[in-house]
Amino acid sequence: MTLFFAALFYLATAVLLIGLVFRIADYWRTPAPFLIPTTPAPTTRGGVVLRMLREVTLFESLFKANLWIWVLGWLFHVSLLLVLLRHLRYFTQPVWAWVAFLQPFGIYAGLIMVAGLAGLWLRRFTVERIRYISTFSDHLMLLLLLSIAASGLSMKFLVHTDIVAVKEFFLGLMLFDIQPLPADGLLYVHLSLVALLMLIFPFSKLLHAPGVFFSPSRNQADNPREKRHQSAWTAKLETK
Amino acid sequence: MAGPEIKAPPMREFPTVPVMRPDAMGGLKPFIASDKIQADLNFPGAQPAENWQHTHDTAIAKMGELLGQQRALKVYMDSCVHCGACTDKCHYFIGTGDPKNMPVARQDLMRSVYRRYFTLPGKLFPKLVGARDLTPDVLDEWYSYYHQCSECRRCSVFCPYGIDTAEVTMAGREILDAVGYGQKYSNEIIGKVHKIGNNLGLPGPALRDTLEGLEEDVLEDTGIAIRYPLDQKGAEVLLITPSADFFAEPHIDSLIGYGKVFHAAGISWTLSSMASEAGNFGLFIGNQEQLLKIAMRVREAALELGVKRIVVGECGHAWRVAYSFWNTLVGIGDGAGANDPFAIQLQSQLDHRYKQPMHICELTWDLIQQGALSFDKEANDHRVITFHDSCNVARGSRMGDMPGGQFEIPRNIIRAVANHYVEMAPGTTHEQTFCCGGGGGLLTDDLLDLRVKGALPRMEALKLVTDGKGVNFMATICAICKSQFSKVLPYYGYKMGMVGGVHQLVSTAIRLGDK
Repeated sequence: MTLFFAALFYLATAVLLIGLVFRIADYWRTPAPFLIPTTPAPTTRGGVVLRMLREVTLFESLFKANLWIWVLGWLFHVSLLLVLLRHLRYFTQPVWAWVAFLQPFGIYAGLIMVAGLAGLWLRRFTVERIRYISTFSDHLMLLLLLSIAASGLSMKFLVHTDIVAVKEFFLGLMLFDIQPLPADGLLYVHLSLVALLMLIFPFSKLLHAPGVFFSPSRNQADNPREKRHQSAWTAKLETK
Repeated sequence: MAGPEIKAPPMREFPTVPVMRPDAMGGLKPFIASDKIQADLNFPGAQPAENWQHTHDTAIAKMGELLGQQRALKVYMDSCVHCGACTDKCHYFIGTGDPKNMPVARQDLMRSVYRRYFTLPGKLFPKLVGARDLTPDVLDEWYSYYHQCSECRRCSVFCPYGIDTAEVTMAGREILDAVGYGQKYSNEIIGKVHKIGNNLGLPGPALRDTLEGLEEDVLEDTGIAIRYPLDQKGAEVLLITPSADFFAEPHIDSLIGYGKVFHAAGISWTLSSMASEAGNFGLFIGNQEQLLKIAMRVREAALELGVKRIVVGECGHAWRVAYSFWNTLVGIGDGAGANDPFAIQLQSQLDHRYKQPMHICELTWDLIQQGALSFDKEANDHRVITFHDSCNVARGSRMGDMPGGQFEIPRNIIRAVANHYVEMAPGTTHEQTFCCGGGGGLLTDDLLDLRVKGALPRMEALKLVTDGKGVNFMATICAICKSQFSKVLPYYGYKMGMVGGVHQLVSTAIRLGDK
């Protein structure tokens, strides 16, 4: 199994990175021929950076839209961030001080993450409009994330696994020096699901993560009168 | 039109999310453009059903082309997580209850096809990710629901990724045009712009007559000879205004107002017979060649007339096109690069002490601030006024130097020319304003049922201030809003005359004689 998981994680990491680089390069290369920020919009690049920061840290637009989705979505994302940071301890030796400091918060975050995901999923059943727009994959995505969280928390609270060995495995993986992975069903489940998430990331709606940074309605400055915005494509039209 | 009588939906005492009524608007289909109309725009005509494979391939190829040309479309197709934030934000959903009028569902009509043909999971597991083949039924569904979107961008305000359904609707219409499935109303109008010079098909000589008649009327009314000049070379200002301003009610009252402002401030100005239309329906149909071609007339008119300033009249989408796209398209603006002779040719002619292009409200407000205009505010005392923000001005443009100037400047003008001003409820104005229900190429009688229903949220907000605050006049700065409200207000028990332009109010109060 050690070899299987080693191979799986190499593959998943490669797909995730190459897939994301490919998608981002694709977004980057595709022209944005017109200025279409949703106004009122900042008039300077600095203002746009602030708008984007508010959008990705506070979910400003979502806050305006719907308080319930905002509460659940924001709690889920912040918890996920903390949980991911907490997991850095499996990849660093010695563990960075701030990662060590975050450990207890990361545990609470794990619980809040489950609550947030459960709430988001509940909305897919109880709110008629959201039930209508939900696809099968929307449900599966929530199931996947919940299963990852539940299997992870189970190892913390129910059946401990040999995390020292797990750490050796991942530290070894990073140096291409395969170390044995503990034989533990829950751990296998947890790691398989995480690898699955990494594999589907570049092909799914999880692309909203890089996508938001490329959204012209949010990342463009409102300065069309001051500066002539041109792209290769509009320039080509002009000479027709 | 035959069919059931069109009735306004009941106003809700507490605007809550409507009950879903699946397929309530499923059969709606605006008139299809004839082959002749299509040909005038270099679009193919209707394709016979047995040519479906060709239609299918053309549509998918067009979609691929658009995905490669427009980052917005590509990012918006990928990024939606079906969170539901937008689901109760569209006025057409609120008015009709048809779930396909929820912005996310409208996008999904295309996203499902995008997934099938352009993504790996959609190719491998279509059922799992909600992907579907493009079929004649899907195309019909697109035609119906991409003509139930006014491209107002209200949903994009609330989307955590800024997904703008207007961009998806435009792409949808562009694909439909590419397979000979165009909308009569918009495409016929674009044909008229090219053939005659404006959306209403008013030829140059008729326009000259109209303006001369207008001068006589205003002289009779005020005792002052105010000019409404046409094709006057060497004028300082070229005014580009929607052709509805030339004879539609209440639009013409604002045109009278612009003339009075120019007269009182002593600014020489002219209209152009070549560019006698501010509107640019190329935006509505998502066709960028048309967008450019229609904008090009303004550039040519400006060069030919040698004007120093370009000012735009009260028209919502035209102001978005002028403000946001004219510089990109035809160089009307500032900041051309050193190696940009095309833009420099025009920009070196323009007077950059002024904003280029400038909204008529910016011009009037600047003059008011300089003390160049004076008003008898009492002349508007019979009116209790509220202001309807037009969507393209609110969410697709700006006025003045600060973000949000597009909200403040028209309101400042109203307060400067009238004593009684009342705001409608927050959440229905400013960037969250509700569309009038007739924008985006839907201002046609074959869509009247939709237009009446789509006006519901605005009518509800209006009712709160007519009942509670005695409002009897709703000012707006968009030709489509004015026409739409004139038509649908009576369905809600209001007089059509209660809508009008900001410059109609200016016109009522401005002092002309003593300057």
